[in-house]
Amino acid sequence: MATMASNRALPAIAVDPTNKPYFDAAREGRLMIGLCKDTGKHFWYPRGCSPFTLSNNVELVEAKGTGTIYTYSVMRTKEPYAVAYVELDEGVRVFTNIVDCDLDGLKIGQKVRVVFKPTQGESPPATMFTPA
Amino acid sequence: MSINGKAYIVGAFEHPTRKADDKSVAQLHAEVAYGALQDAGLSKDDIDGYFCTSAAPGLGPLNMADYLGLTKLRHVDSTDVGGSSYVLHVGHAAEQIALGRCNVALITLAGRPRAEAMATGTAPRSWGVNVPDDPFEIPYGRTVANVYAMCAMRHMHQYGTTSEQLAWIKVAASHHAQHNPHAMLKKVVTVEEVVNSPMVADPLHRLDCCVISDGGGALIVARPEIARSLSRPKVKIKGAGEATKNQEGGYIDLTYSGARFSGQRAFEEAGVKPSDIQYASIYDSFTITVLMQLEDLGFCEKGQGGRFVSDGNLISGTGKLPFNTDGGGLCNNHPANRGGMTKVIEAVRQLRGEAHPAVQVKDCKLALAHGTGGLLGTRHGSATVVLERE
Repeated sequence: MATMASNRALPAIAVDPTNKPYFDAAREGRLMIGLCKDTGKHFWYPRGCSPFTLSNNVELVEAKGTGTIYTYSVMRTKEPYAVAYVELDEGVRVFTNIVDCDLDGLKIGQKVRVVFKPTQGESPPATMFTPA
Repeated sequence: MSINGKAYIVGAFEHPTRKADDKSVAQLHAEVAYGALQDAGLSKDDIDGYFCTSAAPGLGPLNMADYLGLTKLRHVDSTDVGGSSYVLHVGHAAEQIALGRCNVALITLAGRPRAEAMATGTAPRSWGVNVPDDPFEIPYGRTVANVYAMCAMRHMHQYGTTSEQLAWIKVAASHHAQHNPHAMLKKVVTVEEVVNSPMVADPLHRLDCCVISDGGGALIVARPEIARSLSRPKVKIKGAGEATKNQEGGYIDLTYSGARFSGQRAFEEAGVKPSDIQYASIYDSFTITVLMQLEDLGFCEKGQGGRFVSDGNLISGTGKLPFNTDGGGLCNNHPANRGGMTKVIEAVRQLRGEAHPAVQVKDCKLALAHGTGGLLGTRHGSATVVLERE
């Protein structure tokens, strides 16, 4: 039996001065991830410091937008949805939703690609994934 | 410095209510504090150290200290690591007593999520304002249930753990809860009933989840001289450990918990090993929480948790490791959505020989209590204590 992902209303996203560049890029349909320039390692979620060295020698770089499902769970609410950690090809694991598919067919290891979904009002879009 | 033997748990009280329609949160704090003092044989003005969390109403410990009339305080601590806080507070209280900063420490927890009809596990919830991870998680419907469920899903994928194995944890808890007149769920359940209960968040069913209850509990920790002057059986704090675990900059590994670190620290300080433990209180917000902590505390190999919990191995009297003999959070009580307090309380009952006779571990001398607070699948706190009857 199929369980199609619902198109539930998404709440507004709390944009702050530090995360604004990430969400500005999301409005343009680009997925950005953090890069620690001290270590050359990518990080998630984007922030104003490196979680590896704590320095502010960080920047946002564009990710390919593809990855695989590391784990997931389908919320069996009236409007069912799937939360997941997607492991991007760059290596970081992103907390997200898997959308536009039959949620009963999801599998760990499945290939997915990024899609941006509108949220409330003028708020930037949410970063989600769908089977590739 | 070690805290081994420097402090004792001299008072413990679990509020009998599970739904407090007619009581405020502050009043519940007062009732559990009074209950623990009565249990210990001490009075309010003996208290010179006070511990609570942000679940207590007001600014840190200030408003509750005022409400309770605590006027002799020399030390306060409102460290909040979710449901594990109260296990962590036992360790902190022992440290402060060892340092001579206080003599008698009171730890309280109370809340009424049930009376307030809170959607504890199934509605997205932030811990406050300006939380930096919120914009990257809350819009995606992060709930308590689905974050723990993602740990279970990964554990199943990586180690072959099954829903039936997880169900055994609930079955064991229900075997214990049938003897507890205060337990919310007293009916003994079967593996089939657990796996056939409605799915909440794949792969966790309704019966994989703990209860939502009102109430609370309190503990009193005191110096050895004071413990010896009282008439109750003596419960010595032998070791304590704490840890946090987080997303590690995007490289989170969901197959283990902070118990790996807090447990090792507590065992080391106590000078004992997992196989010495006769009774274990293990945080049970969900069945998967128990399974992962048992592995991480060293009761079995990583990945073998499913096999370890099967066939009643956690049931007192038949299994090798009796756990949560009050019925735990899964069946008895999870007051204020924070299970650490009742974990310590049941360990104290076991060591005193005051658990229900049907579940009392024979000649229980060494016990462990462990808590996980926050969200296992994003960022959480871990706290472990090893306790010994003297």
